[in-house]
Amino acid sequence: MAKTGALGDKIFKVLLMIAATSILLIVAAIFAMMLRSSLPTIKQFGVAFLFGTEWKPAQEVFGALPFIYGTVVSSLLSLLLAVPVSLGIAIFLVEQAPKKLARPIGFMVELLAAIPSVVYGLWGIFVLAPVIRNYIGPVLQGNLGFLPIFGGRVTGIGMLTAAIILALMITPIITAVVRDVLEAVPTTQREAAFALGATKWETTIIVLGNAASGIAGAVVLGLGRAIGETMAVTMVIGNSPQMSPSLFEPANTIASLLAANFAEATDKIYLSALIEIGLVLFLVTFIVNAFAKLLIMSVSRRMQRA
Amino acid sequence: MSATANSIHSRRRIINAVMTGLTTACAMLISLILLFIIGYIAWKGVSSLSVEFLTQTPKPVGEGGGIGNSILGSAMMTALASAIGLPVGIAAGLYLSEYGSNWYGNTIRFVADTLIGIPSIIIGIFVYTLVVIPMGRQSGFAGGIALALIMIPIVARTTEEMVRLVPNTMREGALALGAPQWRVSWNIVLPAAASGIATGAMLAIARITGETAPLLFTALNSRFYNYYYDQPMSSLTVQIYNYATGPFEVEHAMAWAATLILVALILIINVIVRTLTRKKY
Repeated sequence: MAKTGALGDKIFKVLLMIAATSILLIVAAIFAMMLRSSLPTIKQFGVAFLFGTEWKPAQEVFGALPFIYGTVVSSLLSLLLAVPVSLGIAIFLVEQAPKKLARPIGFMVELLAAIPSVVYGLWGIFVLAPVIRNYIGPVLQGNLGFLPIFGGRVTGIGMLTAAIILALMITPIITAVVRDVLEAVPTTQREAAFALGATKWETTIIVLGNAASGIAGAVVLGLGRAIGETMAVTMVIGNSPQMSPSLFEPANTIASLLAANFAEATDKIYLSALIEIGLVLFLVTFIVNAFAKLLIMSVSRRMQRA
Repeated sequence: MSATANSIHSRRRIINAVMTGLTTACAMLISLILLFIIGYIAWKGVSSLSVEFLTQTPKPVGEGGGIGNSILGSAMMTALASAIGLPVGIAAGLYLSEYGSNWYGNTIRFVADTLIGIPSIIIGIFVYTLVVIPMGRQSGFAGGIALALIMIPIVARTTEEMVRLVPNTMREGALALGAPQWRVSWNIVLPAAASGIATGAMLAIARITGETAPLLFTALNSRFYNYYYDQPMSSLTVQIYNYATGPFEVEHAMAWAATLILVALILIINVIVRTLTRKKY
């Protein structure tokens, strides 16, 4: 009796362990397969691949810089828009709102995160792009057109539209993490601040200070999502491999390059180039996400000790 | 002296009021955006809805047609992904909660969280090199595999959280009665956490139903009803993408109608699951 139990235990544990290990295997296999498939261009172009500014698949000229540039600019711009709003929402939900209001609003923010990327893209093409083309663009250009970032032709399809859509998509993600982090700050710290006569906002500042590294983690997590966001960006960024200082001009990101061109890449070297740039995206998002996770973990650990 | 004290005090109060106003505005803004997006989808989508639209296959522009094959394709690929992703994910989650309090468990937990954040298009490329190239063509099978890979880490982490909520006294009670560890996990812990695990599973299904990027070059698309996994398969999301980026107004209208179906499905799952679980945990 006891013996069958022991054998059963072993089998059960091994089965569960195999399932759990599959997660490690998936990540390892993604890396290995992508590395193998991109060897042709890695060998042929080396590091120059990352710094080339020309992307002409027909002539076998592959420079990834325009896409790296587009990815960096669009995700940083989206953070610039999303971080203050996300902080505001999270502070409102945790520190200020009565429970009756915090619940439904928190719920709506969660739903915003559940809407698929392609739906944001559709909305971006037919609602946001016309608004930028007809209202926001002309106003910005009319008043600030001397700045290179507001130069160029306003078509509604381009960097700014992509960044706004991205901001909308990462706001619920950043908000959710900041909310958790703020909730983890012990109530005693708020009580201490109130007891010293601090206003509600001054108390919030103290709470934010205590949660700083967790908030940083939330921002980095949002950055990771923005870097990898694919469909919505593909649909509104214009898919043009150019590096323009203007936010109104079309651009391209690594993810949207892949979405728009991978299916038609038939010859081997083109496919290899696309997979190599995908490998870059994989490594960058992996590192960014790992970093975010470490930052968030450091907070919850400190709070548990406190 | 008291005048400065007063002015400092009122300045602090003004700052407090202004910041409270700003944070409230942020919360209102995001709520209004959600309501506007959903309302807009409903308004744009509902006019093209019909039985024909839900059952027919795409036709040449101007001749109507529908998304019946896309609905079927999405359902078939989601089913395949769930058949693989749910058992593996749940087992992995059970491992993490019951045996995972060591360096190996921590490593898997960390890698799973990181994998969740990897762009899904990367999964698409991976499955392309792993399945599509050896098979020689795109297929519903490849699409289902890609979705399963997205599902596994998500289900694993939610399962772990749910299983951890099962009180330790239940495990101890069963062990004290002489039950072997695997019986405790299988017959006591798993049933106790079942509704929570089901919740996580439903949310994961909702999530992969909305995925587009991993299907673009694994399942591709198809204009016909396709009942076989070894053929290219249509999906709601890829069909929406194609219609949305097409040049014709009629296609755009169909994109909105298909979006209405997709978003309604996903939001209904989310609302049901989240209101049910809210009371419990």
